[in-house]
Amino acid sequence: MTKLRARVAALLTLAALVLPALLPPATQAQSGPIKIGMLAPLTGPFAQIGKDMVSGTELYLDEIGRQMGGRKVELIVEDDEGNPATALNKSRKLVEQDRVAVLTGGLLANVGYALQPYIDGQRVPATYPVMAADDITQRKPAKYIVRTGWATSQPMHPFAEWVAKNTRHRKIAFIGMDYAFGYETLGGFQAVFEKEGGQIVQKIWTPLNTNDFAPFLAQVKRDADAVLALFVGRLALQFMKQYEESGLKGKLPLYGGGTLTDESVLPNMGNEAIGAITALHYSQALDNPANQKFSKAFEAKFGKISSYYSEACYTNARWIAEAVKAVNGKVEDKDAFLAALKKVEIKDTARGPLSIDKWGNPVQNIYVRKVERVGGKLQNTVIATIPAVSQFWKFNPDEYMKLPLYSRDYPPCKAC
Amino acid sequence: MKRQHVLAVLGAVIAAAAAAPLLPSYPLTLLTQAVIIAILAMSLDLLLGYTGLSSLGHAAYFGVSAYAVGILATEHQAGFVVCAVAGVALAALTAALFGLLAIRAVGTYFLMITLALGMVVWGLAFRWVSMTKGDNGIAGIPRPELGLPWSLWAPLPFFYFALGGLLLAWALLAVLVRSPFGLTLKGVRESETRMRALGYNVWLHKYLAFVLAGTFAGFAGVFWAYYNGFVSPVDVQLVTSVETLLMVALGGPGTLAGPVLGAAVIVFLKNFVSVYTKRWLLILGAVYIGVILFAPKGIFGALRGRQR
Repeated sequence: MTKLRARVAALLTLAALVLPALLPPATQAQSGPIKIGMLAPLTGPFAQIGKDMVSGTELYLDEIGRQMGGRKVELIVEDDEGNPATALNKSRKLVEQDRVAVLTGGLLANVGYALQPYIDGQRVPATYPVMAADDITQRKPAKYIVRTGWATSQPMHPFAEWVAKNTRHRKIAFIGMDYAFGYETLGGFQAVFEKEGGQIVQKIWTPLNTNDFAPFLAQVKRDADAVLALFVGRLALQFMKQYEESGLKGKLPLYGGGTLTDESVLPNMGNEAIGAITALHYSQALDNPANQKFSKAFEAKFGKISSYYSEACYTNARWIAEAVKAVNGKVEDKDAFLAALKKVEIKDTARGPLSIDKWGNPVQNIYVRKVERVGGKLQNTVIATIPAVSQFWKFNPDEYMKLPLYSRDYPPCKAC
Repeated sequence: MKRQHVLAVLGAVIAAAAAAPLLPSYPLTLLTQAVIIAILAMSLDLLLGYTGLSSLGHAAYFGVSAYAVGILATEHQAGFVVCAVAGVALAALTAALFGLLAIRAVGTYFLMITLALGMVVWGLAFRWVSMTKGDNGIAGIPRPELGLPWSLWAPLPFFYFALGGLLLAWALLAVLVRSPFGLTLKGVRESETRMRALGYNVWLHKYLAFVLAGTFAGFAGVFWAYYNGFVSPVDVQLVTSVETLLMVALGGPGTLAGPVLGAAVIVFLKNFVSVYTKRWLLILGAVYIGVILFAPKGIFGALRGRQR
């Protein structure tokens, strides 16, 4: 009896370990559906954003009847939990088991960096619709990655020039989240703003798990002309509320990185958000036919307004469709497909005309947006459009990339 | 521990090794991950199961070692031996330092202080940007060149490489827990006061167990860095520590085969269930609750208990 039990236990363990071998074998599809593998955080603190990303993709695929270049399209979504190790695992599943033709999605910068060597090693074409860390298409470009989204500092360069030329604000205090996304947002702004004669007079970095901004807001220099802020998600909501409560709103005008008032959080804000000016490559309030169509369809289907995350993935899906069309559906020729992805140019996306630079980052319009209440609802009204902005702005790309990556201490805060 | 159970689990490991060449590459990489995480879980079991100390900061030593490998391999192009020795040594050193602070506390206080120390390492990984690249993490860690005819870039040789690591750690730990030192640890677990009355230096035994556990966690960290080719603060965060603790509890604390089983079950549950449903956390939670209710000694403990 004892022996029998031990054997059963051994067999069960063995079965658990060998089970994966019995799963349907990977197929070498030649004429089957084109598989698109997508990573998104569907559990954890970023689950809402992950959902927006998947919704945007689904919406476009539905619009084209799930057909690209005459072939059926199959979307396989995997939850990356916003964790680089999980994202790597799920990419292995998508690439090695499902044999996807293109890998896409991802939210956090560290996921982007973690996947880079794997993607190049497997030689699988990939697109990054959201992950914005500058160096993915700058100092450490990957051969097989095409970014269809943006680089973090890309909107901030022209935004700084716009602030310098259109306002009298010269001394700006910064407050924002203490991680790479914050560093690159401020870095881009500071580099251009100080060239234009402005000054960053303070940098306040708040930990990612801050629950109360009062002690940080108390430090803000009252002799600054304005404040620049960078927060994402729940923290953006909290910050906006406390910025008003602390009495700063009436005194110091508020500028911000685009996520501060992104439509993923804007509907949950109140009057405290009105007047904030931010810059991004999209606004739900953009007045062009493609965006009208997209944002209406999105709201009708998912019951909430479109955010930059959903637009990013919607346009990303369209980008992939264009490339598939260019190779007549023959995505199995990886190099030709990759070349096609790197040549896509679309004149009428929801965010305006799109093309791509030779490092794999889009050249696109940047919109300066002001939060206003229109028809009872808050929106990011576009008050200025800066056309065809590259990730290097007006800098020379080679010289730009010789400078260090924007960080906590670069550019240094000379006027602090 | 009865011999046939050990043989059963060892048999499963050998069967997995034999079946490995037949597996497609994705399940094989998952198996590799299970093997590496099993080393980590075993190392924690030395504390939790054998000495009776539940640590909430075990990812710290794992992460310190992985970071050491990552930094040495990418910035200084160091070879495998240098990386591995540095990783394990740094983990041991960190554990030696933290042990001085933590071993004085018992019970919940021990839990809290290890939690705090683990957060210190996380904070360093996150904020010491010039060294660790902050939350972007260190990418592009090359697989080691061992001068073998098989490249470790391929999934199969790397699996055997990791499996070799597991068997080595297992053998060393098996010797350790059967030694007089290991038996004393069990004594400490059962009754600290009695061991003290018998004239044992309880503090020193606990301290050494703590350092050894950290060292083996560092050993696992070396493989982890090479496996992912990437290290980030996520590897040292609290969730990783807690997950390891759960693996030990699930598999069966106080055994070496238990944590291996626990690690394998959790890695496969996580990666396979999540493919079929977004609610996979719910299922994982149900499994934990089920084990706690019906098999408080873990899966392996339950299998053993049945036979008595």
